[in-house]
Amino acid sequence: MMEKGKVLYVTGNEAVVEGAIAAGCRFYAGYPITPSSEIAEEMSKRLPAVGGMYVQGEDELASINMIVGASMAGAKAMTATSGPGYSLMQEGIGLAVATETPVVIVDVMRAGPSTGIASKAWQGDLMQARFGSHSDYEIIALYASSVQEAFDLTVEAFNLAETYMSPVVLLSDGVLARMRERLYVKGQDELVIVNRKKPTESPENYLPYKRGDDYIPTIANFGDGYAVLKDSLTHDERGYYYERPDIQAKFVLGVTEKIRRNASKIYRWQEEYTEDAEVLFVASGVMGRIASVMVREARQEGKKWGVFRPISIWPFPEDALRRAARNASKVITIEMSVGKLVYPVKWTLRDGQEVSVLPWLSYEAPSPDDLLNLLEVKA
Amino acid sequence: MEITVQHPLERYIRSEKMPTTWCPGCGIGTVVQSFLKAIDELGLDPKDLVMISGIGCTGRVPHYLKFDGAHVLHGRAIPVALGVKLANPKLKVVVWGGDGDIASIGGNHLIHAARRNADLTVIMINNFIYGLTGGQVAPTTPKETVTYTSPYNPDSKPFDVIKLVAAAGATYVARWSTAYPVLLKESIKKALNHRGFSFIEVISQCPEIFGRINGFKEPYDLYLKIKKVGQIRRGISPFEAKYDWNEEISLGEFVNREEPTYLEQLEEIKKKARGEKA
Ligand SMILES: Cc1ncc(C[n+]2csc(CCOP(=O)(O)OP(=O)(O)O)c2C)c(N)n1
Repeated sequence: MMEKGKVLYVTGNEAVVEGAIAAGCRFYAGYPITPSSEIAEEMSKRLPAVGGMYVQGEDELASINMIVGASMAGAKAMTATSGPGYSLMQEGIGLAVATETPVVIVDVMRAGPSTGIASKAWQGDLMQARFGSHSDYEIIALYASSVQEAFDLTVEAFNLAETYMSPVVLLSDGVLARMRERLYVKGQDELVIVNRKKPTESPENYLPYKRGDDYIPTIANFGDGYAVLKDSLTHDERGYYYERPDIQAKFVLGVTEKIRRNASKIYRWQEEYTEDAEVLFVASGVMGRIASVMVREARQEGKKWGVFRPISIWPFPEDALRRAARNASKVITIEMSVGKLVYPVKWTLRDGQEVSVLPWLSYEAPSPDDLLNLLEVKA
Repeated sequence: MEITVQHPLERYIRSEKMPTTWCPGCGIGTVVQSFLKAIDELGLDPKDLVMISGIGCTGRVPHYLKFDGAHVLHGRAIPVALGVKLANPKLKVVVWGGDGDIASIGGNHLIHAARRNADLTVIMINNFIYGLTGGQVAPTTPKETVTYTSPYNPDSKPFDVIKLVAAAGATYVARWSTAYPVLLKESIKKALNHRGFSFIEVISQCPEIFGRINGFKEPYDLYLKIKKVGQIRRGISPFEAKYDWNEEISLGEFVNREEPTYLEQLEEIKKKARGEKA
């Protein structure tokens, strides 16, 4: 039976579950941690009913590795975590990168460092999402700002994972996790669902890690009859480990270039009033939403302000930001952190353009007026 | 005249990956041979087999076997394997690992897989030492021996891993040594046909590192020690088994019973979630 569209009034965490099930996720493993636990709870209820499986891992190491295994055997698989749990998962994310196994990891960002404040939001993990696992790699990370977007981006996260044979991080935060809003759950006929490509060659001629023009390998699932080897060690096109400089170089270029070369297809952002903006605010997730209200109000007072909200934090939408900031003499990131987004913004913009950060160091979401006050104090 | 001799188990081997990285005299090859004979005698379809391993000398096993396989992170073979099995229950999933991989860094996964009666076969090759990294102390290193990080002997007593997994609820538990490849093969056959979690520890020789540091000049000397210390005991509980370097390391089948497997339990949950009668 084809699922029809429906309207719900739910939290960000519940929207992630709706999105995952709509995208075809049928395997979930996770370890409880606030403020992500409702995703696990909802999954434990919903997944078995649609023929899927829910496992509460013995820890986050188990959970991330279980979803990698499930995906190696063909399932669309997901985990959700927060703060300390996300740190524990980093080695496993590297495994998904190296073996080119599509998985979705939801990181509901909370206040830290370390255990911090469990139930409160923060925006401190943007760099960890990009660089958290060791050595060279690229990753896709999307950051939702509303309940609707949490649903939409969860579906996209699975689609991108399946397309690029890569782990995809979906960022959320302690505010969005528990915020309740209207959600339109798209029906199956309204959704675009991507499933990973399957090899068409005979097993004798098949090279699992060979890259086509788009740089993306076509990797058989376990059980498909290809005797495929998926290795965390540096490997060649057959998936075989050899200690050789050319194979190491190709391996690293493979897992990085497949994202870099396709970045323009992955970039997602939203911008308002950027054509003539003299001051450009850059903010993501919940802060992006508040910044946009602040800018709209300022426009009514004649201020030439604009706002840019990166949705794909990684790859960072560099060209779009450059365009949006072309007339801006000042670029200010607004963050619930001492500053993370400010780094890719600085890397992106031309020398001489003033880039600074407006840190909102409270875990309660600010009002647009709070931000204005903070700006005045700073100015 | 050129004579080519084909190995009788060649069809299960990635010949292009030969030679292996294992040192001359290493016991891992013996265990792999017993395993391949077991699947051959059972007539299992190679397409249904998946080998999962962590990092270590034993971790290299999937490199050489022509089945689906993954060589994953140190300690994480069991959760990866469980994910594979749950996503495609028709596959027979076998975990290969060293004693460090399985019982130290991966110890938490081991006990929980046993508790769940996870539908996996775990083959742990215990060479008393960290082989791949060059000879550091393992949680299985006997007090009477030395390694490069326990030059004054280990600071604490070793794990007897079969007791650990038995206490955690494993439903098939056996220990053999490289001195008994045929008994090992028969045990592997049982493990592969077992419903739920099966665990086989194989006491094995690491002549190049463990042997040399402990004064065993030739691989054969260490092999003889392993042969001598391994005593087959039938009908004893795992808690009566010994793990004593001087006296006895008990071998045999210690647990073999039927209980609902993890997959079966998850299927029950699916029925409940769909409102069907269990
Ligand atoms: C997280 C992590 N820590 C440490 C290592 C280094 N390391 C690789 S193998 C190994 C231990 C190998 O010993 P064992 O598991 O007993 O297997 P063996 O080589 O003896 O077969 C260690 C410590 C690693 N690869 N990853």
